[in-house]
Amino acid sequence: MSTATTHDTHHEEHPRGLLRWVFTTNHKDIGTLYLIFALIMFFIGGAMAMYIRAELFQPGIQFADPQFFNSMTTMHALIMVFGAVMPAFVGLANWLIPMMIGAPDMALPRMNNWSFWILPFAGIMLVGTLFMEGGAPAGGWTMYPPLVLQTGNAFPYLIFAVHLLGISSIMGAINIVVTIVNMRAPGMTMMKMPLFVWTWLITAYLLIAVMPVFAGAVTMLLTDKFFGTSFFSAAGGGDPVMFQHIFWFFGHPEVYIMILPAFGVVSQIIPTFARKRLFGYSSMVYATASIAFLSFIVWAHHMFTVGMPLTGELFFMYATMLIAVPTGVKVFNWVSTMWKGSMTFETPMLFALAFVMLFTIGGFSGLMMAITPVDFQYHDTYFIVAHFHYTLVTGSVFSLFAAAYYWLPKWTGNMYDEKLGKLHFWLSAIFVNVLFFPQHFLGLAGMPRRIPDYSTQFAEFNQISSLGGFAFGLTQLLFVYIVIKTVRGGSKATDEVWEGAEGLEWTLPSPPPYHSFSTAPEVK
Amino acid sequence: MLVSKVKRWLTALAGTALLANAGGAAAEWKLNLRQGVTSISQEAYDLHMLILWICVAIGVVVFGVMFISIIKHRKSKGAKPATFHESTSVEIIWTIVPFLILIGMAIPATKALIAMEDTSNSDLSIKVTGYQWKWGYDYLDEGVSFISTLTTPKEQILNQQDKGENYLLEVDNPVVVPINKKVRLLITANDVLHAWWVPDLGMKKDAIPGFVNEMWFNIEKEGTYRGQCAELCGKDHGFMPIVVVAKNEADYQQWVTDQKTAMDADAAAAGQDWSMAELMERGEKVYNTSCAACHQANGEGIPGAFPGLKGSAVAAGPMDAHVQMVMNGKAGTAMAAFGGQLNDIDLAAVVTYERNSWGNDTGDLVQPSEVKAAR
Repeated sequence: MSTATTHDTHHEEHPRGLLRWVFTTNHKDIGTLYLIFALIMFFIGGAMAMYIRAELFQPGIQFADPQFFNSMTTMHALIMVFGAVMPAFVGLANWLIPMMIGAPDMALPRMNNWSFWILPFAGIMLVGTLFMEGGAPAGGWTMYPPLVLQTGNAFPYLIFAVHLLGISSIMGAINIVVTIVNMRAPGMTMMKMPLFVWTWLITAYLLIAVMPVFAGAVTMLLTDKFFGTSFFSAAGGGDPVMFQHIFWFFGHPEVYIMILPAFGVVSQIIPTFARKRLFGYSSMVYATASIAFLSFIVWAHHMFTVGMPLTGELFFMYATMLIAVPTGVKVFNWVSTMWKGSMTFETPMLFALAFVMLFTIGGFSGLMMAITPVDFQYHDTYFIVAHFHYTLVTGSVFSLFAAAYYWLPKWTGNMYDEKLGKLHFWLSAIFVNVLFFPQHFLGLAGMPRRIPDYSTQFAEFNQISSLGGFAFGLTQLLFVYIVIKTVRGGSKATDEVWEGAEGLEWTLPSPPPYHSFSTAPEVK
Repeated sequence: MLVSKVKRWLTALAGTALLANAGGAAAEWKLNLRQGVTSISQEAYDLHMLILWICVAIGVVVFGVMFISIIKHRKSKGAKPATFHESTSVEIIWTIVPFLILIGMAIPATKALIAMEDTSNSDLSIKVTGYQWKWGYDYLDEGVSFISTLTTPKEQILNQQDKGENYLLEVDNPVVVPINKKVRLLITANDVLHAWWVPDLGMKKDAIPGFVNEMWFNIEKEGTYRGQCAELCGKDHGFMPIVVVAKNEADYQQWVTDQKTAMDADAAAAGQDWSMAELMERGEKVYNTSCAACHQANGEGIPGAFPGLKGSAVAAGPMDAHVQMVMNGKAGTAMAAFGGQLNDIDLAAVVTYERNSWGNDTGDLVQPSEVKAAR
């Protein structure tokens, strides 16, 4: 960098070693921390999933008592949702948003540092409950009272971990909104922003809207348990169902918080490898906004069996069915982007294509469950377990893999091993279906979710599902190997990396400089 | 221990391979939703099939286009990218067409839902109460009441015995209902949330403490129908099945008479003095169905979660406090109030049993009449 001025080199100075990571205010460092944290939590939550599948491998109780099984299902969900998927997307946002909008860094770098460094403490507190008297929380990640109030010493730790995770998410979201609104390069109007930026802008608003609601709900649980209030106790004039209403008012937008950025990732990748512009850019933006709006008025479809009035059931059924419209628009647009393109099938594209297909299957089962009279049969069975794992694993997690392979060469300057990447894709794509597809059949045949042992009629499909699960779990170790290998070396990536890639991040060198755009680029 | 576990796993693995070879001849391999035995379950099934086929049709079209594109429009085949990237009319079409399809789904769904939620004009009402972890049934018109608990032996659950045909789906006292009658359930719970679900009846409803939910069914075929609790309710959520036996009118009436005779006999026995041996024998049975899930059969509980009764301050302390604890439960814990679940004899028997087992040797004997007085 012979052109670098003294001023610039001053900014490149930062502490070395461990302290660099503790004090960093740099969006790339913080993005990396988020991604590493997410990957660690992915494996902790994954280990719990392996335990669950091992216990369910055959009928009968194989290992510990059912209470521990309940702790595993509860902790698996909490860790995967709040520890793995959400932080991973925030990590991507940190890395990519400044580079995509032509900014040097995030708008609020010190808050950025804080919002990350809260996470490990919340994570330790949550995982630490495993070693407490009375065991880890076992009332389900939805924390329905009165059951959750039977949690032992872990209870206050659960609540405070949730508070901390919420604070972290809200700060991260504020930072993203402020960055996108204020720091776009000259000429980058809102309707010129890459779709990943758009989906994250909308996601950030969802986070700011619903995380405080969630914090309120768990605080009411806390006062019910320790301070004698009766928000959720009928005996004291409260209502246990009210918790479910408040929880799902947060919970439904929450599931879109985990999928909208995935839509963004896929909308970046498919045009690149189809070598053709994204079809229907503006309708993609409007569809995302519509999905976000609808997410606020469909919450009670998670609770069709609580005994709502008929009119309530009808309203939530119709509103839920409506979500199929903007979601369908997105899928149609992706397929049209591929149509008459010039496609190649590198690992990111493979994961993106699998995303479109398998997420759509998850969408279909979602549409089926919107139909209230049939949902009475599907509700709380393995059918819903299959549904949300198709949307979350082959949806969100596959998009994260796609994103990692797509941007890793940009981040590190090294190409990943394409052969291994493809192997990782094919093993994942095959085994994830062996793992989750049979769960549709189990649910339809009548197997309830969250049970440690089951009637012998469910034995065969559970066994297949478990075998798929073990293989899928093992396959993910390959991903870690590929990432480490790429970080340490490999053939050098060009600045553009991919032949068809468009966007500001590809105009920077690979790896990009510590401060992404010291001078704002001109966007035409 | 470990060796036997590994062995079991290997057998199971071999079993999977065998099954795959035999084409699953021995297995059930149920793929689809049950059609069930009520008009509701049939409607749910028909709707399920309708939506499923619509989804399959949409899937074939969308994935078909996608795969044609993947096969034909690839760079390795020399495909040159087109430049089109938007079309307002196409966007409008694929917004409106799905909307119309949704309306087509919503009409039959609305009709079915309205019929399902109509609990009026029922012939018979049964109050269902969910407990951790069993079901209580009160026939409001007949005055018959009982508790229904799992009968699968612990040895089968712990893989020490072969599993029976109705493993985990068998109970001591099934719900008996007449066929071709509109049965209305009034569903509530005593402690935490539960959900009452028998797949063949086509409906499930949450049991919520402090609230009463309604659902109905009209079974057309005599038979035994099995289901489970469908809402996570704690440790033994997987072990509180539901069994419904549908009988013809005459058999049903006979069953009601038998139940009443048995209840009258119990009421008469409650007035008498019971011997230690009688109380201990009955107490052990009650303990194993109502208490052992938490406090364990050996009275040692589960450290950190459920206190032991062996040498405990309650079970070996003053008798009045012990009776009160069993009858009224302990607020803020999983200890339920058994006063409403168990009759005077059962309460007396179980307290007597707890005070004289596992090394507890108070020698105390509680008579049913004393329990009645303490209520």
